Amino acid sequence: MADPMKIRATLQGDTADVRILMRHPMETGTRKTATGVVPLHFIQSVIVQHNGRTVLDGQWSQAISRDPFLGVRVKGAKVGDKISVTWVDNKDDKRTDEVAVMAGA
Amino acid sequence: MKYPRRKFLKFAGCTGALFVAAAAGLLKTGTAWAAPWNKNAFEAKAMAETLKGLGASGLIESKDITITAPDIAENGAIVPVAVTSRIPNTQSIAIIAEKNPFPLAASFDIMAGGDSYVSTRLKMGQTSDVRAVVKADGKFYTAAREVKITVGGCG
Repeated sequence: MADPMKIRATLQGDTADVRILMRHPMETGTRKTATGVVPLHFIQSVIVQHNGRTVLDGQWSQAISRDPFLGVRVKGAKVGDKISVTWVDNKDDKRTDEVAVMAGA
Repeated sequence: MKYPRRKFLKFAGCTGALFVAAAAGLLKTGTAWAAPWNKNAFEAKAMAETLKGLGASGLIESKDITITAPDIAENGAIVPVAVTSRIPNTQSIAIIAEKNPFPLAASFDIMAGGDSYVSTRLKMGQTSDVRAVVKADGKFYTAAREVKITVGGCG
Protein backbone atom coordinates (compact mmCIF):
# COMPACT_ATOMS: atom_id res chain seq x y z
CA MET A 1 0.00 0.00 0.00
CA ALA A 2 1.31 3.36 -0.96
CA ASP A 3 2.17 6.06 1.55
CA PRO A 4 -0.56 8.57 2.46
CA MET A 5 -0.82 11.94 0.75
CA LYS A 6 -0.66 15.24 2.50
CA ILE A 7 -3.61 17.35 1.46
CA ARG A 8 -4.47 20.85 2.62
CA ALA A 9 -7.62 22.64 1.47
CA THR A 10 -8.13 26.20 2.68
CA LEU A 11 -11.06 28.41 1.78
CA GLN A 12 -10.33 31.75 0.12
CA GLY A 13 -13.57 33.56 -0.64
CA ASP A 14 -15.73 30.84 -2.19
CA THR A 15 -12.77 28.99 -3.69
CA ALA A 16 -10.89 26.21 -1.96
CA ASP A 17 -7.15 26.31 -2.53
CA VAL A 18 -6.11 22.64 -2.54
CA ARG A 19 -2.48 21.61 -2.21
CA ILE A 20 -1.59 17.95 -2.52
CA LEU A 21 1.72 16.27 -1.84
CA MET A 22 1.92 12.63 -2.89
CA ARG A 23 4.65 10.15 -2.11
CA HIS A 24 5.77 8.29 -5.19
CA PRO A 25 9.17 7.46 -6.76
CA MET A 26 8.07 8.62 -10.27
CA GLU A 27 10.79 6.59 -11.98
CA THR A 28 11.46 7.65 -15.58
CA GLY A 29 12.68 4.22 -16.68
CA THR A 30 16.06 5.70 -17.67
CA ARG A 31 17.75 6.06 -14.28
CA LYS A 32 20.65 3.65 -13.81
CA THR A 33 21.96 2.21 -10.57
CA ALA A 34 24.72 -0.34 -9.88
CA THR A 35 22.21 -3.14 -10.46
CA GLY A 36 20.83 -1.83 -13.77
CA VAL A 37 18.09 0.42 -15.04
CA VAL A 38 15.28 1.23 -12.62
CA PRO A 39 12.01 0.30 -14.36
CA LEU A 40 9.39 2.85 -15.32
CA HIS A 41 7.08 3.52 -12.38
CA PHE A 42 4.92 6.62 -12.31
CA ILE A 43 1.47 7.98 -11.50
CA GLN A 44 -0.71 8.00 -14.61
CA SER A 45 -4.01 9.27 -13.34
CA VAL A 46 -4.97 11.80 -10.67
CA ILE A 47 -8.54 12.68 -9.79
CA VAL A 48 -9.73 15.44 -7.47
CA GLN A 49 -13.29 15.29 -6.20
CA HIS A 50 -15.37 17.85 -4.33
CA ASN A 51 -18.13 16.24 -2.24
CA GLY A 52 -17.95 13.18 -4.51
CA ARG A 53 -18.11 15.16 -7.77
CA THR A 54 -15.03 15.08 -10.02
CA VAL A 55 -13.62 18.58 -10.59
CA LEU A 56 -10.25 17.65 -12.08
CA ASP A 57 -9.26 14.55 -14.06
CA GLY A 58 -5.53 14.62 -14.69
CA GLN A 59 -3.18 12.36 -16.61
CA TRP A 60 0.55 12.42 -16.01
CA SER A 61 3.75 11.24 -17.65
CA GLN A 62 6.98 10.23 -15.96
CA ALA A 63 8.12 13.87 -16.32
CA ILE A 64 6.33 14.87 -13.12
CA SER A 65 8.82 15.20 -10.23
CA ARG A 66 9.37 12.58 -7.56
CA ASP A 67 6.97 12.97 -4.61
CA PRO A 68 4.61 14.97 -6.83
CA PHE A 69 2.97 18.24 -5.88
CA LEU A 70 -0.39 19.27 -7.30
CA GLY A 71 -2.17 22.54 -6.66
CA VAL A 72 -5.77 23.07 -7.78
CA ARG A 73 -8.65 25.39 -6.95
CA VAL A 74 -12.23 24.31 -6.38
CA LYS A 75 -14.98 26.86 -6.91
CA GLY A 76 -18.15 27.06 -4.82
CA ALA A 77 -16.61 25.37 -1.78
CA LYS A 78 -17.62 25.79 1.86
CA VAL A 79 -15.86 25.00 5.14
CA GLY A 80 -16.30 21.30 5.91
CA ASP A 81 -16.73 20.23 2.28
CA LYS A 82 -14.95 17.00 1.41
CA ILE A 83 -12.03 17.08 -1.01
CA SER A 84 -10.78 13.67 -2.05
CA VAL A 85 -7.79 12.82 -4.22
CA THR A 86 -7.12 9.50 -5.95
CA TRP A 87 -4.06 8.48 -7.92
CA VAL A 88 -3.37 5.34 -9.95
CA ASP A 89 0.11 4.43 -11.21
CA ASN A 90 1.29 2.32 -14.15
CA LYS A 91 1.50 -0.76 -11.89
CA ASP A 92 -2.17 -0.28 -10.92
CA ASP A 93 -1.19 0.69 -7.40
CA LYS A 94 -3.60 3.32 -6.11
CA ARG A 95 -4.29 5.55 -3.16
CA THR A 96 -7.21 7.75 -2.08
CA ASP A 97 -7.12 10.34 0.69
CA GLU A 98 -9.75 12.81 1.83
CA VAL A 99 -9.75 16.07 3.82
CA ALA A 100 -12.30 18.65 4.84
CA VAL A 101 -12.01 22.25 3.64
CA MET A 102 -10.67 24.54 6.39
CA ALA A 103 -11.40 28.21 6.90
CA GLY A 104 -8.74 30.41 5.33
CA ALA A 105 -6.60 32.95 7.13
CA MET B 1 -51.96 -2.10 -16.09
CA LYS B 2 -51.12 -3.36 -19.55
CA TYR B 3 -47.44 -4.20 -19.02
CA PRO B 4 -46.85 -6.77 -16.23
CA ARG B 5 -44.77 -5.22 -13.46
CA ARG B 6 -42.70 -8.37 -12.81
CA LYS B 7 -41.71 -8.60 -16.43
CA PHE B 8 -40.68 -4.96 -16.50
CA LEU B 9 -38.47 -5.31 -13.43
CA LYS B 10 -36.77 -8.36 -14.86
CA PHE B 11 -36.04 -6.52 -18.10
CA ALA B 12 -34.69 -3.44 -16.28
CA GLY B 13 -32.45 -5.58 -14.08
CA CYS B 14 -30.91 -7.36 -17.05
CA THR B 15 -30.09 -4.26 -19.04
CA GLY B 16 -28.67 -2.56 -15.93
CA ALA B 17 -26.27 -5.44 -15.32
CA LEU B 18 -25.20 -5.38 -18.96
CA PHE B 19 -24.44 -1.68 -18.79
CA VAL B 20 -22.28 -2.09 -15.69
CA ALA B 21 -20.36 -4.95 -17.29
CA ALA B 22 -19.70 -2.88 -20.41
CA ALA B 23 -18.47 0.08 -18.36
CA ALA B 24 -16.13 -2.10 -16.28
CA GLY B 25 -14.64 -3.62 -19.41
CA LEU B 26 -13.84 -0.26 -20.91
CA LEU B 27 -12.00 1.14 -17.91
CA LYS B 28 -8.67 -0.52 -17.45
CA THR B 29 -7.58 1.38 -14.35
CA GLY B 30 -10.55 0.23 -12.29
CA THR B 31 -11.52 3.72 -11.19
CA ALA B 32 -15.07 4.10 -12.37
CA TRP B 33 -14.71 7.65 -13.65
CA ALA B 34 -11.18 8.08 -15.05
CA ALA B 35 -10.60 8.54 -18.75
CA PRO B 36 -8.10 6.03 -20.19
CA TRP B 37 -4.48 7.18 -20.24
CA ASN B 38 -3.74 8.97 -23.52
CA LYS B 39 -0.94 6.66 -24.71
CA ASN B 40 -0.57 8.28 -28.14
CA ALA B 41 0.03 11.74 -26.72
CA PHE B 42 2.21 10.69 -23.77
CA GLU B 43 4.48 8.38 -25.76
CA ALA B 44 5.01 10.84 -28.61
CA LYS B 45 8.59 12.02 -28.96
CA ALA B 46 8.05 15.02 -31.23
CA MET B 47 5.88 18.06 -30.61
CA ALA B 48 3.77 17.47 -33.74
CA GLU B 49 2.91 13.95 -32.60
CA THR B 50 2.15 15.17 -29.09
CA LEU B 51 -0.30 17.76 -30.39
CA LYS B 52 -1.87 15.17 -32.68
CA GLY B 53 -2.28 12.82 -29.70
CA LEU B 54 -4.04 15.59 -27.81
CA GLY B 55 -6.27 16.22 -30.81
CA ALA B 56 -5.02 19.80 -30.88
CA SER B 57 -4.94 21.65 -34.18
CA GLY B 58 -5.10 25.27 -35.25
CA LEU B 59 -3.37 26.50 -32.12
CA ILE B 60 -4.06 30.14 -31.29
CA GLU B 61 -1.42 32.08 -29.33
CA SER B 62 -3.18 33.58 -26.32
CA LYS B 63 -2.26 36.21 -23.75
CA ASP B 64 -4.99 34.90 -21.47
CA ILE B 65 -2.84 31.95 -20.44
CA THR B 66 -0.32 32.62 -17.70
CA ILE B 67 2.56 30.22 -17.12
CA THR B 68 4.27 30.70 -13.80
CA ALA B 69 7.74 29.13 -13.82
CA PRO B 70 11.26 30.20 -12.89
CA ASP B 71 13.43 31.81 -15.61
CA ILE B 72 16.33 29.69 -14.44
CA ALA B 73 15.87 26.39 -12.63
CA GLU B 74 19.03 25.09 -11.02
CA ASN B 75 17.66 21.61 -10.53
CA GLY B 76 15.89 20.14 -13.55
CA ALA B 77 14.36 17.43 -11.34
CA ILE B 78 12.04 19.92 -9.65
CA VAL B 79 10.76 22.74 -11.84
CA PRO B 80 7.64 24.34 -10.37
CA VAL B 81 5.14 25.19 -13.13
CA ALA B 82 1.68 26.67 -12.72
CA VAL B 83 -0.77 27.40 -15.52
CA THR B 84 -3.73 29.74 -15.23
CA SER B 85 -6.21 30.17 -18.06
CA ARG B 86 -8.54 33.13 -18.14
CA ILE B 87 -10.22 31.86 -21.33
CA PRO B 88 -13.93 31.24 -20.64
CA ASN B 89 -15.10 27.61 -20.62
CA THR B 90 -11.62 26.15 -20.28
CA GLN B 91 -12.04 22.37 -20.65
CA SER B 92 -8.50 21.10 -20.41
CA ILE B 93 -4.93 22.22 -19.76
CA ALA B 94 -1.90 20.31 -21.05
CA ILE B 95 1.67 21.04 -19.94
CA ILE B 96 4.46 20.27 -22.41
CA ALA B 97 8.24 20.52 -21.89
CA GLU B 98 9.21 20.81 -25.55
CA LYS B 99 12.68 19.27 -25.42
CA ASN B 100 11.99 16.42 -23.00
CA PRO B 101 12.35 12.89 -24.44
CA PHE B 102 8.56 12.62 -24.12
CA PRO B 103 7.36 16.23 -24.32
CA LEU B 104 3.90 15.87 -22.78
CA ALA B 105 4.19 16.05 -18.97
CA ALA B 106 0.59 16.37 -17.89
CA SER B 107 -2.92 16.84 -19.19
CA PHE B 108 -5.78 17.95 -16.96
CA ASP B 109 -9.49 17.87 -17.75
CA ILE B 110 -11.26 20.61 -15.83
CA MET B 111 -14.84 19.77 -14.91
CA ALA B 112 -17.59 22.11 -13.75
CA GLY B 113 -16.60 23.39 -10.30
CA GLY B 114 -12.89 23.20 -11.00
CA ASP B 115 -10.98 26.42 -11.55
CA SER B 116 -8.85 26.71 -14.69
CA TYR B 117 -5.64 26.62 -12.68
CA VAL B 118 -3.14 23.84 -12.07
CA SER B 119 0.21 23.87 -10.36
CA THR B 120 2.75 21.07 -10.28
CA ARG B 121 6.45 20.26 -10.52
CA LEU B 122 8.15 18.88 -13.62
CA LYS B 123 11.37 17.12 -14.49
CA MET B 124 13.17 18.78 -17.38
CA GLY B 125 16.18 17.37 -19.22
CA GLN B 126 17.46 20.63 -20.67
CA THR B 127 16.69 24.29 -21.26
CA SER B 128 13.44 24.42 -23.19
CA ASP B 129 10.14 26.14 -23.73
CA VAL B 130 7.38 25.05 -21.37
CA ARG B 131 4.19 25.18 -23.39
CA ALA B 132 0.60 25.17 -22.17
CA VAL B 133 -2.16 24.02 -24.49
CA VAL B 134 -5.63 25.00 -23.35
CA LYS B 135 -8.85 23.67 -24.84
CA ALA B 136 -11.84 25.96 -24.51
CA ASP B 137 -15.14 25.67 -26.40
CA GLY B 138 -13.52 23.12 -28.72
CA LYS B 139 -10.71 25.52 -29.77
CA PHE B 140 -7.06 25.20 -28.79
CA TYR B 141 -5.05 28.07 -27.34
CA THR B 142 -1.39 28.08 -26.42
CA ALA B 143 1.34 30.00 -24.66
CA ALA B 144 4.99 29.23 -23.93
CA ARG B 145 7.70 30.32 -21.58
CA GLU B 146 11.38 29.44 -21.63
CA VAL B 147 12.94 27.82 -18.59
CA LYS B 148 16.72 27.58 -18.43
CA ILE B 149 17.99 24.42 -16.77
CA THR B 150 21.37 24.31 -15.05
CA VAL B 151 21.41 20.59 -14.20
CA GLY B 152 19.11 18.24 -16.11
CA GLY B 153 16.67 16.10 -14.14
CA CYS B 154 16.04 13.10 -16.34
CA GLY B 155 18.83 10.74 -15.28
